[in-house]
Amino acid sequence: MATLEIKDLHVSVNTDDGAKEILKGVTLTIKDGETHAIMGPNGSGKSTLAYSVAGHPRYEITSGSVTLDGEDVLEMSVDERARAGLFLAMQYPVEVPGVSVSNFLRTAKTAIDGEAPKLRTWVKDVNGALGQMNLDPTFAQRSVNEGFSGGEKKRHEIAQLDLLDPKVAILDETDSGLDIDALKVVSEGVNRFRERDGKGVLLITHYTRILRYIKPDQVHVFVDGKVAESGGPELADELEANGYERFLAAV
Amino acid sequence: MTVIDTSRDSVASALETDRVESHLNPPASYDLADHPVPTGREEVWRFTPLSRLRGLLDGAASAAELNRETTLPDGVTLTSITAAEAVELGELAPNERPAALAAELSGGALLLDVPAEAVVEEPVVIRLTGASIDDLVWGRTLFRIGAHAKVTIVLVHTGSARYSAIQSFLVGDGAQVNVLSLQDWADDAVHLGRDSILVGRDATVKHTAISFGGDLVRMHANVEYAGPGGSAELLGLYFADEGQHLEHRLFADHNAPKTKSNVIYKGALQGKGAHTVWIGNVLIRKVAEGIETYEENRNLVLTDGCQADSVPNLEIETGEIEGAGHASATARFDDEQLFYLRSRGISEKEAQRLVVHGFFNDLIRKVDVPSIEKELLATVEAELAKNVTADA
Repeated sequence: MATLEIKDLHVSVNTDDGAKEILKGVTLTIKDGETHAIMGPNGSGKSTLAYSVAGHPRYEITSGSVTLDGEDVLEMSVDERARAGLFLAMQYPVEVPGVSVSNFLRTAKTAIDGEAPKLRTWVKDVNGALGQMNLDPTFAQRSVNEGFSGGEKKRHEIAQLDLLDPKVAILDETDSGLDIDALKVVSEGVNRFRERDGKGVLLITHYTRILRYIKPDQVHVFVDGKVAESGGPELADELEANGYERFLAAV
Repeated sequence: MTVIDTSRDSVASALETDRVESHLNPPASYDLADHPVPTGREEVWRFTPLSRLRGLLDGAASAAELNRETTLPDGVTLTSITAAEAVELGELAPNERPAALAAELSGGALLLDVPAEAVVEEPVVIRLTGASIDDLVWGRTLFRIGAHAKVTIVLVHTGSARYSAIQSFLVGDGAQVNVLSLQDWADDAVHLGRDSILVGRDATVKHTAISFGGDLVRMHANVEYAGPGGSAELLGLYFADEGQHLEHRLFADHNAPKTKSNVIYKGALQGKGAHTVWIGNVLIRKVAEGIETYEENRNLVLTDGCQADSVPNLEIETGEIEGAGHASATARFDDEQLFYLRSRGISEKEAQRLVVHGFFNDLIRKVDVPSIEKELLATVEAELAKNVTADA
């Protein structure tokens, strides 16, 4: 079971001109096994939603609630959220010089599971997860995200999704900057995750392109810090045809 | 960047074959009168808390010694020589009072001899252990590495003492030498070390200083060249805890053409009053055409209340150089790195440990002393555990 429930979430960031409200009452429920797409123009607050749920210190939650299977996510530290089953695939994964992918993955897996993975199966699992993302086993010896191409960074994020096996994955513009081959590889990785029992996915994207490979159960149009309209996959088709103008005009 | 232009317009200086004195380093001399007791205002002493040197500037005679355990591979010898013999063998004279006192008061010297063309597979290991902070110890050692020899020399300092040592590394033509000096003293120890290296023609020298323990550690690593084509890599790693003063002073004296120096020092600081100093001096003399030099110092400040001083200095007297550059950066933990790691379930302390480990990792790999790498990594791990993961 995995239900992520976001209720009337308001989030501000501190700027030089004082606090600025970015999210203005977001309500969204991802039920067991569902994939939701959030689409919206740049600056609409999509990434803020992703980072706020993950607990980035830059964002201040001013009101509202986020729960995962009834547990209060906002009360948890960043790493507690991950251990509770949340995963954020980042748009701009961060370089950690001198820390190998292999060490990073093993440390994360140990933290998530509360015990070290069994060495023998773990190496196989890592090589398997990397291989499915078209990443060579030597990739594990490189420093985390250092010198990775844009595509390698995104594929590495999805390899982590596979290995860490969260309950709910938030994918923040995982499709941006990918060529079509990489997009397919990444989408297949996400779809393999979705096939597992009861996994939730919140897919944040600017473009409809990825929705040809990952079929969402629901689509939400995000404008000016909240959900402007929700619907089925047909909403994405409308966006593909007409863009965001209708929603922006309504603001 | 500090560039001190000392070019003079006389033809004579362009033809310089003898020494010009560096503006950054006092002249070398055995005469104690040339090295008065510092006041703390001198350029070379202004970062050092003199009150914590505890007699090392006064120069009382002392018969105390550090306990010495040595591993000497076949062909390598360690013998006692007289002070006069040390000078005759070409010891690099002291350019500072503690080193001059060590030369004056040590009552002779040790000579480590590696014969020419010897390829020594196992490292020479010298473990020096202090018995008590009451001991004032003066040390004087020459390391003579013959032409085309290849050797790794490891010095490990532990225990407690007030110790000043003058060490000279005379590296023959074409030799390959890897020196590692580990300072892992007890909390109260004071260590003033001077390592000067004379790099032979086409010789390659790596010198690494690793400082973890001790109340005050102040190390010099000086390089000069006996001929063209020599190459020196000066590496350093330090981790200052609460109240510790760890100071590393480098001087690459490019006194011959086509020589190279590459300096990389990295440090971490944690705890109230942790203070590190890094001074990277490079002098490129008029004769030193076609040289390459690069120096880099990076500090990672882990808590409030620490101070990292980092001063690169470049004196250039010739325009004909291949490359000269430096970088110095002192930074706190990167919040984005920590967020990324924590978003994968890794606790804050563990994430910090990973980042610090990563920060030092490439340097540890460069040290390249396989036989003690394990011990070194364990020491690093222990230091990291003591500091960063204390509350994990």
